[in-house]
Amino acid sequence: MTAARPWRRYSGLSLLRAGFERQRGWPPAFIDATPQSSYDVVIVGGGGHGLATAYYLARHHGVRRICVLEKGWIGGGNTGRNTTVIRSNYFFPESAALYDLSLRLYEGLSAELNYNIMFSQRGVWMLGHSRHDEEILRRSANAMLLNGVDAEFYNDAETHRRIRGLHPNPSFPIRCGLLQPRGGVARHDAVAWAYARAASRLGVDIIQNCEVLGFEISDGRVRSVRTSRGDIRAPVVGLAAAGHSSNVAGLAGLSLPLTSYALQAFVSEPVKPVLDTVLITSATGVYLSQSDKGELVIGGGLDLFPSYAQRGSLPNMERSAAGVLELFPQFSRLRFLRQWAGICDVSHDSSPILSATEVEGLYVNCGWGTGGFKAIPAGGWLFSHLLATGRSEARARAFTLERFLTGAMIDEAGAAAIAH
Amino acid sequence: MLLIDCPVCGQRSEDEFRCAGQAHLVRPGPPDAVTDEAWSAYLYQRTNLKGVSAERWLHEFGCRRWFNILRDTLTHQILHVYPVTQARRPEETGGGE
Ligand SMILES: Cc1cc2nc3c(=O)[nH]c(=O)nc-3n(C[C@H](O)[C@H](O)[C@H](O)COP(=O)(O)OP(=O)(O)OC[C@H]3O[C@@H](n4cnc5c(N)ncnc54)[C@H](O)[C@@H]3O)c2cc1C
Ligand SMILES: [Zn+2]
Repeated sequence: MTAARPWRRYSGLSLLRAGFERQRGWPPAFIDATPQSSYDVVIVGGGGHGLATAYYLARHHGVRRICVLEKGWIGGGNTGRNTTVIRSNYFFPESAALYDLSLRLYEGLSAELNYNIMFSQRGVWMLGHSRHDEEILRRSANAMLLNGVDAEFYNDAETHRRIRGLHPNPSFPIRCGLLQPRGGVARHDAVAWAYARAASRLGVDIIQNCEVLGFEISDGRVRSVRTSRGDIRAPVVGLAAAGHSSNVAGLAGLSLPLTSYALQAFVSEPVKPVLDTVLITSATGVYLSQSDKGELVIGGGLDLFPSYAQRGSLPNMERSAAGVLELFPQFSRLRFLRQWAGICDVSHDSSPILSATEVEGLYVNCGWGTGGFKAIPAGGWLFSHLLATGRSEARARAFTLERFLTGAMIDEAGAAAIAH
Repeated sequence: MLLIDCPVCGQRSEDEFRCAGQAHLVRPGPPDAVTDEAWSAYLYQRTNLKGVSAERWLHEFGCRRWFNILRDTLTHQILHVYPVTQARRPEETGGGE
């Protein structure tokens, strides 16, 4: 572990100054480290959750020797594959506390990490198309207000007035809209890179191309991690492997209450600005926003059979396209430019797991399923607390594995953006 | 895109079917002898295999029959379709049950 790592602050002035050296003097954003033989904490998975956990461990808990092991490249999992919607419009108080902590951390993240994550609070709308939708959305709005989350409810005319270009007379008429004004989108890669850069500066070793292949466990305690780049001793190991959580935990003999599904995303060819907010509509099973490059970014429901293939199936692509055209028939001649899928670790109650396990020293951060990008800052914040102290922070207490034994589920299934 | 060989209807597109997850789960009993751990494992814990996995499927928009499939969750290749009443053949198991 090197003491002082090269670092240069990003700012208008430093950019200008670097211009005089033809932008050649920049140190790498993070050090591509080689593994040491032991650490105080090993984190498995270099997605947003793993990297944020490492950062907060170093920053808030004074843990000195930390590494993040990533089998591919950082942010190459779901963190770099998601549609970047950030919102905290959940139903249960436990979830609202968790996701709103995350949203609040996102609001200050660019400044804290000195990295522009392009967080754009352009608002997130949920549209209601029937009397029943309206009742559910009113209930959501009330729950959000009770949970201290911002919510605005609009009737059909006002919804149409505020969202330009919506089909005036769709086959699922728009009756109402629920807006969370503080919601929005951010640049997904930047979130991974920003945490990596800040963690690396604090001495965290970020080790790529290093796959975890097993664990050495004795007397019920984790002793070391076996990797494709050698064994690494550590008293504390945190797993943040998203869709591969069951596999990695399985290497330690654990079985988790998760199923892995493929979730797809679609991006259209770029066009001029046409949509300045984020829309989610469960009746048509689709959600969309427009990227700064002008592409429509479109998501739908899961491919509803277990999958580890990061590609996705055709029927869902067709459904998502149909859902978009239902709202915006004028997009019918746009072509999909790209399509991909990520593997989501879905828990039975669609809520995350931040928990100790039967193996002492081994902890899991998983179960974020289709919605854990918005939770990266909070996931890292709360998981680092658990790894450093062995105890759950107050806001994480409801999210341990114990709920699958006691039955105290946080059943957000019905509140997911696109129900699954 | 899956083309699934329904034992009754023959090859049909995946969107006529519904997957109901891991096959061969056995409900523990009798009820008053089941521990919380065993019940929780039965309800929630899944092998979630990356590789060959036995699954229950329903031909929902077709004959509405249930059957089992042995399928690779990484390649999506379907290796075997068999009745729900049939135990999984040991030579075809690709991983833990
Ligand atoms: C198409 C799509 C759209 C989505 N849209 C949204 C959205 O709009 N809003 C939202 O909030 N969420 C969304 N999500 C969910 C979100 O992307 C995830 O919940 C979140 O990114 C999970 O972060 P993570 O760090 O836990 O996982 P990941 O970023 O997947 O990181 C896990 C890492 O672990 C590594 N790994 C796995 N096994 C091993 C091993 N054996 N050894 C070493 N490393 C290993 C992987 O390579 C991977 O990089 C979406 C997901 C998808 C797929
Ligand atoms: Zn059939």
